[in-house]
Amino acid sequence: MSMIAFFGALESGLIYALMALGVLISFRILDFPDLTADGSFPLGGAVAALAIVSGVNPWIACMLGMAAGMAAGVVTAFLNVKLGILHLLAGILVMTALYSINLRIMGAPNLSLLGEPTVFSAFIDGNNGTWVRVLVALAVVVLAKLFLDWFFSTQTGLAMRATGSNPKMAQAQGINTPMMIVLGMAISNGLIALSGALFVQTQGGADVSIGIGTIVIGLAAVIIGETVLTAKRIFWITLSVVIGAVLYKLFIQIALSSQTLRSIGFGPQDLNLVTALLVVIVLMLPKYRAKVLSALGVGKTAQKTVSK
Amino acid sequence: MYNPNRVNGFAKLLGVTLLSAALFGCGNNNQAANTSTDAGVDAKTVAITAIVEHPALDAVRQGAIEELAAAGFKEGDNLTVNFQSAQGNMATAGQIAKQFAADNPDAIIAIATPSAQAVVSATNTIPVVFSAVTEPVEAKLVGKLDGSGTNVTGASDVLPLEPQVALIKELLPAVKNIGFVYSPGEVNSTVTLKNLKQIAEAQGITIVEAPAQKSSDIAMAAQSLVGKVDVIYTSTDNNVINAYEALTQVAKEAKIPLVSSDPSVIERGASVALGVNYKDLGRETGKITARILKGEKAGDIPVYAAQTLDLLVSKKYAAEQGITVPQSIVDRASKVIE
Repeated sequence: MSMIAFFGALESGLIYALMALGVLISFRILDFPDLTADGSFPLGGAVAALAIVSGVNPWIACMLGMAAGMAAGVVTAFLNVKLGILHLLAGILVMTALYSINLRIMGAPNLSLLGEPTVFSAFIDGNNGTWVRVLVALAVVVLAKLFLDWFFSTQTGLAMRATGSNPKMAQAQGINTPMMIVLGMAISNGLIALSGALFVQTQGGADVSIGIGTIVIGLAAVIIGETVLTAKRIFWITLSVVIGAVLYKLFIQIALSSQTLRSIGFGPQDLNLVTALLVVIVLMLPKYRAKVLSALGVGKTAQKTVSK
Repeated sequence: MYNPNRVNGFAKLLGVTLLSAALFGCGNNNQAANTSTDAGVDAKTVAITAIVEHPALDAVRQGAIEELAAAGFKEGDNLTVNFQSAQGNMATAGQIAKQFAADNPDAIIAIATPSAQAVVSATNTIPVVFSAVTEPVEAKLVGKLDGSGTNVTGASDVLPLEPQVALIKELLPAVKNIGFVYSPGEVNSTVTLKNLKQIAEAQGITIVEAPAQKSSDIAMAAQSLVGKVDVIYTSTDNNVINAYEALTQVAKEAKIPLVSSDPSVIERGASVALGVNYKDLGRETGKITARILKGEKAGDIPVYAAQTLDLLVSKKYAAEQGITVPQSIVDRASKVIE
């Protein structure tokens, strides 16, 4: 893999890390299996793209995309909390509706951003685009991560964690759990939409199909992150998700660029298969860790850490 | 609440080791591949990407490779072809584009709009030849069609719709309503719909829309047209083509003839098809690429617009759908299925 391809994967991974942080909030912290992501990711992209072609500053366009995503999250939460619709179904309904809404926003299935200003273009001078896009994406991810680290240490953040952990106990403590779900889903989908807004600016345009499979990437990132870097403190948890997203994108890059895989008969049509296999290998790591540790004579500690 | 149970850096270490091994492995192999290419005289590398693997898009790729060979660039001989499919995933399309920009091939062929946008976004130095893009100017791939002045040119599959409407009128002179089944998510289809409406309405024919967001919705969309239309027309919409058999079934039961602009569906239920020959479009793409490999600037080469249309007739399906194809059409057809 060349350096440029490596940085390309890094850039893509960092942008998707924002999305994965959003998925972390809904799935892990709120314990709310939210499928809105496949709709809110392209929603953020559509709103940002429309704003940019209308002459809005790209950063403000990102904020508008993020706000639209937050609104989508609120709708999903509302359907669940107020109307009592099962969380999975609420997410699916909003995701389905967003497909049509995204078409309406863009006015067409594809809205090109080629030649338009982006949040990256202001910093790009000549051939440094590869670095600049990574650095800008990294800066946004670091900000988002620090915000989440701070937020989950506040009273509200702790109340949100309690809501996901044990809703009955949280209610008994006087926590307004429906409010926490609405707020958490807003932040979650806001991040996912922000990710979509940045993504379309690296991709050359927004397309109504960019959302397909978003949730799968998000879940993969969260789970890979947990496997590679296990921790209890929120600082490390958010970091693990970022690492998970970057690793996932690197796996795709490996599957794309590895001549070894080509030479043993894997073709372009096997891309998804190879990516899945690479993820399986990483998910098997904890098992190997136990084996290696026990072979080194520290089996007891290994057993303890692996068993739930 | 989030409560992982394992606290250890060992997995991390293993992960990093695995990753660096993989990275190192690829790097080495890439180098090996590069040196072997450099050994040949005038060896060229062409990278090809498509958003998805699909009969029409595959035909474009094959046509391009054949034409490159005819121009003296034989794959495996003095030409290295690196093909990547994004498998329908836009995020992957972006990564493939960056991978290609990094590989720095002599030219990149990008098939279909999303792939082309990703590639054009990733490089402004490597020559890019797009193909099977319906609206290259609207997609902002090029500023104008007669020589962009940038690193981009290509072949457009914009479909001339007048011949389609003329064909339908020839098939059914009394036609009043044409049903159009399409996916609102595909640019090619929405552009076709807009233009089709203009042309048909000028001739006093109404277009009845039947949008279907997924392949599984095609049957319902077709059923919604029963009793309202004289004929069902479909373009090169991916979802429709994937589920064409659903249309065939409705057409047979309701005796509505099917007309398509995708030649491949003549075997799957269309009575008449008049469409862009994607193999030819690929050949034109290959010709443009060969000119670039021989030293011409992409920005000087005008965008090619599809010209050769194939007319195909299936007498079998026409009979099932309750019509007889006029002899005038049969005589012109390049292929007639009895």
